Amino acid sequence: MQYRSDFVVDGLIEAFWVVTALIPLFAVFKLTRSLAGWSFGEALMVIGWFTLLQAILEGAINPSLTAVVEHIRKGTLDFVLLKPADAQFLVSTAKFQPWRSLNVFTAIAIFAYSFHLLGRLPTAAGLASAFVLLCTATLLLYSLWILTVSAAFYVVRVDNLTYFFDSIFDASRWPSSVFRGILRFIFTFIIPLALMTTFPAQAMLGKLSPSTFFTSVFGAALFAVLARLIWLRSIGKYTSASS
Amino acid sequence: MSLARSARALPTLFKVGFLEAVAYRAELLVWVLSTTMPLIMLALWTAVARDAPIGGFGQSDFIAYFLATFVVRQLTGAWVAWEMNFEVRQGTLAMRLLRPVHPFLSYAAENLAALPMRLIVAGPVAVIALILVGSGKITHDPVLWIIWCAAMLGGWLITFMANLVIGCLALYIDSSEKFMGIWLALFFVFSGYLGPIALFPHAVKLVAAWLPFQYQIGFPVQLMTAALARPEALVMLARQWVWVALLVGLTSLLWRGGLRRFAAYGG
Repeated sequence: MQYRSDFVVDGLIEAFWVVTALIPLFAVFKLTRSLAGWSFGEALMVIGWFTLLQAILEGAINPSLTAVVEHIRKGTLDFVLLKPADAQFLVSTAKFQPWRSLNVFTAIAIFAYSFHLLGRLPTAAGLASAFVLLCTATLLLYSLWILTVSAAFYVVRVDNLTYFFDSIFDASRWPSSVFRGILRFIFTFIIPLALMTTFPAQAMLGKLSPSTFFTSVFGAALFAVLARLIWLRSIGKYTSASS
Repeated sequence: MSLARSARALPTLFKVGFLEAVAYRAELLVWVLSTTMPLIMLALWTAVARDAPIGGFGQSDFIAYFLATFVVRQLTGAWVAWEMNFEVRQGTLAMRLLRPVHPFLSYAAENLAALPMRLIVAGPVAVIALILVGSGKITHDPVLWIIWCAAMLGGWLITFMANLVIGCLALYIDSSEKFMGIWLALFFVFSGYLGPIALFPHAVKLVAAWLPFQYQIGFPVQLMTAALARPEALVMLARQWVWVALLVGLTSLLWRGGLRRFAAYGG
């Protein structure tokens, strides 16, 4: 409770960001009834997933990212690497700030509201597959994060990597069918944003085909393995700072 | 510090700033990649307008709008708030104060000196925009282009001065990065960065008219895309410069008060 003003300001900023996500959506659906095949309620579901993942990012992933970037800049990463445990595990569990995950409740409220708009309840199968996809989405988010940290070994000034990460992740607030051509390819296969918000939302709506479901679970696992390999490669390149 | 001496220092300051921009080009690239939001919004709005034009905007209008937005943001960017926060925290602001040039001037020179590097990014986008949408969507009126130059300068000054205001706040409360977060969130909603303000709900439009944000992005973009006639453009320009004047006043007020409190810890 020591940093009350920080807490209030943080909460305000989070609220602002949710609003920035919603205003364009309202603007779009004021002018049209369907966005690339998605109704307002359905598109809201995607925003709900975006908010949920952002809460996970804020509470569990970003604090550690900030910590590791600081380690790299000061050269104190050496002490982490010297410890007799896996470095990736150590840096990714360095810090948790669960109170920054308040947005989980916002996300649940958005889910409830969009089901209300659609005028029906989620099915058990839909919820179950959505839950599995929540796990794979978290895994993907985490892998993307590991890739960003790997980039920190190559880029000199690393302060704004979190900002970079956020801005890429930002694109996942829209249903992936909005994107065409090259962008769609990138957001499905290279930076798998579609797997993180669009597919889980579809699963929750009971619209996701089983084949897409299994492919995305497999794809997420593959992506995690790749991220791990790249991490090992770049940690090999690490040559301490200021020592 | 006399004016003449400051003016003599300017070329060197620009050179230092330019070399810094070249040295940290990887960081510049990261920054450019972080500001690709107009391209995402472009995909979104063109998806909306795929079947029929929306509120007077067809697909090519959206392409022109968002590529112009990208160019304007690249050329009018400023990041002094973060720099000042960092320097206040580290105490290195003292070094700047020792120099015989006003700190604001050296910040401004650093910011503007990165322009050539930014032009390398913005130039090709502008060319792509011209090829994609043809020259029909872009204004041909030379008077409007002159107003555009003034509007770009005004837009940059608003961004820069707002950054200085928030940077000066760091002199009072140690860290004002949170305020930058709030400013940015408001900027995204009200500047026209996420889409033409004209298409937004009525309430947003009303609020935006009374805020400085649309003069950072929306106004120069409207000039480029021929959305404004000359008289309207001049009225908007006048309002923009009123905001510039207000922010300059606020900055110098905060700076004078804040400097007295500055204790240069660390160092």
